[in-house]
Amino acid sequence: MTEFLQLCFNGLALGARYALVALGFVIIYRATGVINFAQGGLVVVGAYLTHQLVTRWSLPFAIGVPLAMVGVAGFGLLLERFVLRRMVGQPVFAIILITLGVLFVLEQLSTALWGYDVLMIGDPWGVRTVNLGGATIRVADAWTIGAALMTLGAFFALFRRTTLGIAMRAGASDPEAALAHGISPRAIHGVAWAIAGAVATIAGVLLAAGPKGVDLTLSSVAFRAFPAMILGGLDSAEGAVAGGIIIGVVEVFTAAYLTPAAPWLGANFHVVMPYALMIAILMVRPYGLFGTEEVRRV
Amino acid sequence: MSAPARVLPGLLRNTRLTTEYRHDLVLWRSRPAQAGALLVVAAFAIAPFVVGTYWTTVLVYAGIAAIGAIGLNLLTGYTGQVSLGHAFFLGAGAYAASVFAGRWGWPFPFWLIAAAAVGGAIGGVVGPFALRLRGNYLVIVTLGLVFIGQYLFENWHSVTGGLTGVAVRAPVALGTVDVGSLSLFGRRLSRVQGYYLFVWTAVLVLGLAAKNITRSRPGRALQAIRDRDLAAEVIGVSLVQYKVGAFVVSSGFAACAGAIYASFARYVSPLDFTLVLSIQYVAMIVVGGVGSILGAILGALFLTALPRVIESTAGQLPFVSQGGGDAGITIFTLNQAIFGLLIIAFLLFEPWGMVEIWRRIKRYFLAWPFSY
Repeated sequence: MTEFLQLCFNGLALGARYALVALGFVIIYRATGVINFAQGGLVVVGAYLTHQLVTRWSLPFAIGVPLAMVGVAGFGLLLERFVLRRMVGQPVFAIILITLGVLFVLEQLSTALWGYDVLMIGDPWGVRTVNLGGATIRVADAWTIGAALMTLGAFFALFRRTTLGIAMRAGASDPEAALAHGISPRAIHGVAWAIAGAVATIAGVLLAAGPKGVDLTLSSVAFRAFPAMILGGLDSAEGAVAGGIIIGVVEVFTAAYLTPAAPWLGANFHVVMPYALMIAILMVRPYGLFGTEEVRRV
Repeated sequence: MSAPARVLPGLLRNTRLTTEYRHDLVLWRSRPAQAGALLVVAAFAIAPFVVGTYWTTVLVYAGIAAIGAIGLNLLTGYTGQVSLGHAFFLGAGAYAASVFAGRWGWPFPFWLIAAAAVGGAIGGVVGPFALRLRGNYLVIVTLGLVFIGQYLFENWHSVTGGLTGVAVRAPVALGTVDVGSLSLFGRRLSRVQGYYLFVWTAVLVLGLAAKNITRSRPGRALQAIRDRDLAAEVIGVSLVQYKVGAFVVSSGFAACAGAIYASFARYVSPLDFTLVLSIQYVAMIVVGGVGSILGAILGALFLTALPRVIESTAGQLPFVSQGGGDAGITIFTLNQAIFGLLIIAFLLFEPWGMVEIWRRIKRYFLAWPFSY
C-alpha cells in the first residue's frame, strides 16, 4: 500500500512536469493554432537562465526565477515578432518545421553559452524530503504539483475572467470577427508567446530542481509531453493537466509493475507507453479527451 | 500564343508556352529540356571519377537520401499528409534488408524488393490513421511512431542486435556483376564508385516512377486530397484508397532507401534512425521544394553535402573550438545551428524551395529577350 501510494505520488509529480510543459503548448495553440515544437528549447533556456542568475550571479532564488521568466517571455515575444508572425497562413508542415528549426538553434545556442555539463539551478529545495502517510515525498515534487495547479488556475482566471483572455479566445475562434471588434491579433499572438515563455521557464526550473540539474536532455522532456497534450486535446488547458497526470502515472506504474512482470518488453517500455496510450485514445477520440471537435464545411 | 512567340517562332518553338492540357503533362516539354536532362545525367555519370572518394561517398549518401525524400514528398508534398515518422520506415527497410540478405541469404533484387514491401506493408498499417486524424494530430502520431520504432529497434535483439547494432551483409550483386567490384571499360571501379552508379541509377528510375505517379490519374487524386480532402471525396476520389496508397508508396520508397543504406554502410544501429533523421527528411523537401520530385533530389543533395562542407571549412574559423564539455562553438554546434537557421531562412524567404529559384530563372528566359 505504501509502495502504491509512493508510486501514485511519483506519477503525479512526473505528470505535473509534463502538464507544465503541455500548458505552454496549449496557450500558443489556442491563440495561434501553432504547435510549438520549440517549447522544449524554451524550457532549456529558462532553466539555464535561472542557473545563470541564481548560481553564477548569486541572486536569491525567489528573484532569479521571476527574472528568468521575464527574460524568456521577452524572448518568446521576439520569436513571435520576427519569425512566427511571417508564417501566419502558411501550411501546417511549414509552421511545424520552422519551430523545429528554432529548436535546433536554441539548443545549440544553449550549449554554446553554457556547455554540455549538468549545471545546478540553486533551488532551495535540494534533496530534502518529507514523510506523508509512509510515502517519502521530495519537497521539489510537492512544489511541482502545486505550481502545475497554480498555473492551471491562472489559465482559468485568464481565459474566463480577464479581457485579455477573452480577447485571446475571440482571436483564436475567428480572427476577422475579432479584428472587427478592435482586437489586435498581433498583440494576442505576442502575448501568447510571452506567456508560453514564462510557463516554459517554470517547467524548466521544476524539471531541473533538486538533484537533477539542467542540461540539454531537458528539452527531450518536451517530446514526452506531446502525448500529454494530445491526450487532453490540443486546445484545452484542463486537458493538458489531466493528460499530463494520466501520462505521468501510467509511465511510473508501467516502469514499476509491467516491466518486471513482462521482462520481454525490455527495460525502457515505459518510455513508449505514453505514445502507445496516446495512439489508442486518439483512435477512439480523434480530438483528445477535452479537445474541441473541428467543424468542417465543404 | 503570346506576341514574342510569333515574332521569333523559330527560336522559341521549343519553349514551355503550352496551348493544350496534354502539353502540361509531358515529361520533357521541349528539346532543350531533353538535352539538359541528358547533360545532367552525363555529369552525374562522370562525377565519381572526378571528385574523389570522400565526395563520392557523400554523393552516395545523398542519393540514398534522395530516394527517401522523393517518397516523403509524395506523401507530404503531393498528398498533404505531414509525417515525422519517415525515420521509422527507413529503419524498417534497413533491418528488413539485414534479415533478408544477411541472414536468409536472398539474392540481390529480391531482398531489396522484399524490404521495400515490408516498408510498404507497415505504411499500409499506419495509413488508416490518416483517415481519422488530420493536421497537427497526425504529425504527433507519426512522431510517436519514431519513438515506438526506436524502442523496437533497441529491444528486438534477435533482429536488430539492440543498441550495439548489427552488421549487414547485403551485396548488390546480380549473377557475376557485383556493384561492390565493378569493371568498366577494363578499369576496375572502387566499391564507392560502384555504389554511386547503382544508387543514382536507382534515383533516376524511382524518380521517374514517382514523376509518372504525379502526372497521371493517381497523382491528380493525391493533389486533390492535399488541396481539399472533403472536396476531393465529393468529386469521387476515394480517400481510403489514395491516403493509404500514398502512405504505402511513400514508406516503400523510405524502406528502399533504408535497405540500400544498410547495404552500403554494412552496419546499422538504432541511433541511425532517430527523430533527427525524420526532421532532416522534412527539411530536405522544404529546402528542395515541396511538391516537386526534382526538389526532393535537390534538397537531399544540399542537406547531405552541407554538413560535410561545414566540417571541411569550419576548422579554419577562429571562433570554432575543437570539442570538449565546456561552453563554446564546436563544429557539431555550428552544424546544427546552421541547419536550424537554414530551415528558418528557407521557410521565411523561399518557402517553395530551391526548385522555385530554378523555376524563376526559367521563367525569366521563357520569353527572353522580351521578359518583364
